[in-house]
Formats: sequence, structure tokens, C-alpha cells
Amino acid sequence: MTTMPIHHNSNSPKYFTPGVWIVTAVAAVGGLCLLYRFTFGLGAATNLSDAYPWGIWIGIDVACGVALAAGGFTSAFLAHLLHRDAYHAVVRPALLTAAIGYTFVALGVMTDLGRFWAMWHVMLPWMWQPNSVLFEVALCVMCYLTVLYIEFLPIACERFIGRVRLPGLLGVLNRPVDRVLRALDSTLARVMTVFVILGVLLSCMHQSSLGTLMVITGDKLHPLWQSPYLPLMFLLSAFAVGYPMVIFESIIAHRSLRLRIETRVLSMLARLTPIILGLYLVVKVLDLVRRGVAPLLLENSPASNLFLAEVTLGVLAPMLIFSVPRLRRSIPWLFTGASLVILGVVMNRLNVFLIAYSPLDLTASYTPAWTEIAVTTGFIAMTVLIYRFVVLNFPVIEGLAVPYRNREQHDAGTPNRTRVLNDRLPTASPNGDLVRPSHETNRIDRAVAQGAAS
Amino acid sequence: MKFTGAAMLSLAALPASSGHGHTDPNTARMGVLVDLTECIGCRRCEFACAEANGNPHDPIESYDDQSVFAETRRPTPGSLSVVNRPVNAASDGTPVHVKIQCMHCEHAPCVSACLVGAMQKNPDGAVTYDASRCIGCRYCMVACPFERLSYEYDAALAPRIRKCELCRDRTANGKLPACVEICPVEALTYGERDQLIRYAHERIAEHPDRYIDHVYGETEGGGTSWLYLADRPFSELGFPTLGPRSSAEVTEAIQHGIFQGFAAPLALFGVMAGLNFLTKRGSHS
Repeated sequence: MTTMPIHHNSNSPKYFTPGVWIVTAVAAVGGLCLLYRFTFGLGAATNLSDAYPWGIWIGIDVACGVALAAGGFTSAFLAHLLHRDAYHAVVRPALLTAAIGYTFVALGVMTDLGRFWAMWHVMLPWMWQPNSVLFEVALCVMCYLTVLYIEFLPIACERFIGRVRLPGLLGVLNRPVDRVLRALDSTLARVMTVFVILGVLLSCMHQSSLGTLMVITGDKLHPLWQSPYLPLMFLLSAFAVGYPMVIFESIIAHRSLRLRIETRVLSMLARLTPIILGLYLVVKVLDLVRRGVAPLLLENSPASNLFLAEVTLGVLAPMLIFSVPRLRRSIPWLFTGASLVILGVVMNRLNVFLIAYSPLDLTASYTPAWTEIAVTTGFIAMTVLIYRFVVLNFPVIEGLAVPYRNREQHDAGTPNRTRVLNDRLPTASPNGDLVRPSHETNRIDRAVAQGAAS
Repeated sequence: MKFTGAAMLSLAALPASSGHGHTDPNTARMGVLVDLTECIGCRRCEFACAEANGNPHDPIESYDDQSVFAETRRPTPGSLSVVNRPVNAASDGTPVHVKIQCMHCEHAPCVSACLVGAMQKNPDGAVTYDASRCIGCRYCMVACPFERLSYEYDAALAPRIRKCELCRDRTANGKLPACVEICPVEALTYGERDQLIRYAHERIAEHPDRYIDHVYGETEGGGTSWLYLADRPFSELGFPTLGPRSSAEVTEAIQHGIFQGFAAPLALFGVMAGLNFLTKRGSHS
């Protein structure tokens, strides 16, 4: 991998492509609708009501957003905590997805809060209400977002160390800033393990509590979903969707950036997925049996069909696909399997937060307003745009020649050599705990080869 | 006879007019008993409620309008208490009217749900809302088993939750809640919750032909400050069927079970630190 060929010339991909322009347009429409919501209020911008106080901004932006950002802590757990070096290639993209994803979870919450300007009350200890599940979720998400940014700092340091070029007169600060970055980087390298563990812990706490959130609705949530074991099921499904999300996003990003897809690493991640999905399925089935509601599955109602679809499409089908070694090595099948797991978790979160929630007044209904949909799709588009910007400007994806490298090559007078991220300066990783020095990449190759062979 | 009984209880329960010290609202759990067999659907309580809560309202005569009963209404930011007619004359001789508002749960899910403590259960039983704390997340509404909270969706900048607060400002000054005071047939009785429950059961025992043997709110969802008597099952009148446990009991048990003494998170942190240490050594050997 050290000598991974780059399939395009040394010019890195352009930011704007026709596809990116479309995404930009979607983001712009979302931005306008956001403006509309903050100017005229929730009543004007949404179809929310007293019967349906929560809509897609909570169901999709928050509940699905948090679950789908689980790739960050699940891959950090494998690569950093268990020191499975083979997975290093996927950690940075997953971390970036989580950081952007959680940022937009926070923005989604803010959009949904009627009194958004009072959001900071959550940080005031005299306002805290520890009986509240939402209090714990809010605090954990805030802390985790901070941890994610801290985990991203070494990437930013690596990007700028030795390359600090402030404009104009500020140029005199280049050296001091560089020294600060180096000090920050070496300090972070020493303490990063604590933040990685903290990140996994905070994730476990709020991923599960997100399930506890809807337990308080009692009979308003359909008995197929309402369970005191919702927190455990939310945690397990977050574990389960973590690696499929990494696979999904990696395939799309590599296609879009015209890079070779790391099929071997992805198929290793895929191999782990049926185990977690199986555990999730066992808990789900045992819970139905324990509560005596399993017979509801046979009543052929919209609820039972939704539940069966959720489990068949989102759990059983990908378990099957990922259990076949041949399919795990095929990119289309990897993508299909990962998409199904994601679909299953999205269906589950939507069922629990919106569809299986029915108000006492059965005549009440909720269909999201187009402005609500536009804000949600706009947020998703913005995450894509930011992701693309960051991977094109920071050392996130291995093998991607990023522009500042090219610029540096020109400065150094070596225009014809494409340098890739793998041979970055060792000064960027004094400790070598979280970053991989070049000697480790050979081990990665070996580990990948072993993993694929077994 | 019934009427005088109701009046007496509400008088006896009043701190200002009572000679007994044990009805101090600072220590006593208060509540309101609604006798649905008495209610005539005059909607005077809706008027009094709007007036007491400073909501814009039409003159009292306009509340004679019975056409509102065509549909089932729920409390709104402008009318915190509404009367519905779930059983009309055509279907069963005599119509039944049901006044609804916040039930003031003993173990209120909205209070448990609120992350910034904007919802509070007061010693007198009233569940009150403090807009100065509220961030507008509406989790209280999601949590409410009766769905009696309403929200000012049309306020762009500072929307509030609106709810019945049991006329705390009035009762603190020795007055009855506005709806109780105005009720012309004394279908509403304000008093200590314990006494109201005892009294309700006495009424049922005295008139077994008139009431079904069920005081709604005595145990529902862990008990509520508002209590109801009726002549037919409450499920036929639009009341949710709830068990004796508040849903907040379940979530609080889960939360405090997981986070007791912060032991589980610390243990998990320790396990992961251990795994990290062990695998690190392994990978270097």
C-alpha cells in the first residue's frame, strides 16, 4: 500500500463536478428553508402539531443522524483501542463522517428547538434535571462532539505542520504558529488514547439512551417497538450499522474521487457485521417473546408488516449477504449489504420516533411539510459538501493526492512526483499511537493479507 | 343533597375559609374531582379559564355555542381547558360532556422528561411550567400520556408550552380555581386529593346505579390530581386506559440503574483501557 498507484494524474480531483453542483443546489434550497424557519417559526415551516410534537427533524436529522455516525466510534474501537492496524485506513474517513454528522445533529436539534437561543441552558448545572433521559443524551452528544473535534486535531496539525503560510504581514507568525502546532500535536499524541476511550464510552451512553428516550411514551408507541430493552436494541443496532456505514461511505467516496476501493479492508469489516446483527436480532426476538407480543407479528397489519420489513430487509438479508465470503469480496454486494443495514436502522429509528408513535387522537396525522423535507435534505447535502472539502484539503483518505501536497512539490521543485499521504513526515507523529508511521503500513499490508486469507 | 355535599367539600378544603390547619396548600396535595354525570356542557369553565389565564376570549354568552361539540377538541394555547361531548343525545338519550385539561400527574412524565427543569410538580400537586428555563424541545409533549400540553407553534421567537396550572396564583390567595368557582352545577370539586378520593368512593357507594365503580385518576399513570366520576367506562369517553405505573417510573429506573454512582460507565472505561493496554503489548511482541 505504500506504493499504492494513483489512477489519475498528479492533479487532485476538482471540488466541483456536475454532481457536486446538484448537491450544492439542494444545500442552498435547504439553507433558504432554514432561513424561513428561523424567521417565521415552527408553525410556518413545519406540519408539527400538539399531537405530533416531533417530526422528521428529530426522527431523521437527530435519531438517524446519531445512529449513522456510529462508524466513528466503532472503527476507532477496532483500530485504536484494539490496535487492529489493518483498519487504520478507514478510521480517518469514519472519524470525519462522525464529526460532520454530529455537528449536523446539533444543528438539527437547534433547528427543531422552539427557543433555540436558550439551548445553552443545557450547560448550566442549576438547570440540570438528571431524571431526564434527554438531559443525558444532550450532555453526552455535546461532550462527544467535543471529543470528535479533539480527535480530528492531529489531522489538522499534520496538514499544517511545516506548511504554515499566513497571508501578508501575518507571515511573521508562521514559525511561532508552527511551533504551537508541533507542541499541540505531540501533546495530543500522548493523551489521545484517553479521548478515544472517552469517545467510545460517550457513544455507548447516548446511543443507548436515544432508545430510552421513547420508553416514556408508554402505550403511545406500538407494542412491537415499545420495550424497556429499547436502549440495548438501539446500542446494538448502532454497533451493527457502524461498519456498513464505513463501507457505504468508503465506496461512494472512492468512486467519486476515482480511487481504488480498499475491498480487502471493507470485506473484513463486512465479516464482523453478521455477528453484531445476529446479536441484535436475538435480543429483538427474545424481547418480543418475553413481552408476549410476538403473536402481533402475524396479524398482517401495517405495524406488523413494517416490523417484518425492518427485520427482513435490514437484518436478515445483510446477515446473509455478509456471511458469504464470495459476496463479501464483491464491491456491488458489499454496497448492497451495507445499504440494507443502513436502510434497516433508518427504518427502525423512523418507526420508533415517528411511524409507530401514535397520538391518542387517532384522526391526527403528520406528513412533513416540503420545507421540513428541504431542510433535512439540505443538511444531508451540506454534510456531503463539507466531507468533500475536507478530504480534498486534509490528509483523511489514503492514496488521495491533496492539493497542498502538490503545491509543496512545486515549491520544492519536484513537479513530476506524486506524493501520497503514506509517506508523510515522521515529525507529524512523534508518539505513533494514533497515527501510523510508515513502518506500520507494511504491517497493515500483512494483516490485510492475513485477514483476507482467513 | 349531592350538590351541598360537593360545595361543602370544596369549602372545607379551602385554606382561607377553612378552620382546619391541615388544608394548607403548601403541604396538602390538592386536586379537583369532576362528576361527569353532573356536567351540562355549558362551557362556562372554558370562559373562566381563558379569563384567569389572560387568554383572549369572547363574551361569556358566546360560550353557549354548542356547535363546537361537533368535533373532539384538545386544549390549545388559547384555551387550556376544553369541554367535549363524546356521547351525544342521539346515540344515548342523555349527552355526556367531558372537561379536559392537564391532569397534573403525581409522577408526571413531563416533569421527568424536561431536561432543564422547566416542568415542576409542586407540593400542592400542581404541575407548573417555567418558560424562562424552557428550550422548546417539546419532549414533555411527547411524554404526556394524556396529551394535554399545547405549544405556541406560531410564535416565531419565544414559543411557550401552555397548560393548566391549577390556578396556583388564585389558590395561593384563598380563591378556588376559576373553573371550579364558575361551575353552575358544581360538577367540579376542589379539595385535598386524599379526601376527594374518599368522597368519590362514598358517592359511588351511595349511588351505585349512577356511577361505575371507578375513580379515574386515582391510580391511572401513577395517579393524577384531577379525578373523574362517570356513568360508563372511561374508555368510551376518550380517556386513555393507563396502568398504575407512570411511564416515567420505567425510564427513571433504566437511567438510574445504568448510571448509579456512575459505576457502569467507569467500569466500561476501565475495561476499554485494559483492552487497549493488552492489545498494545500484543501488537508489539
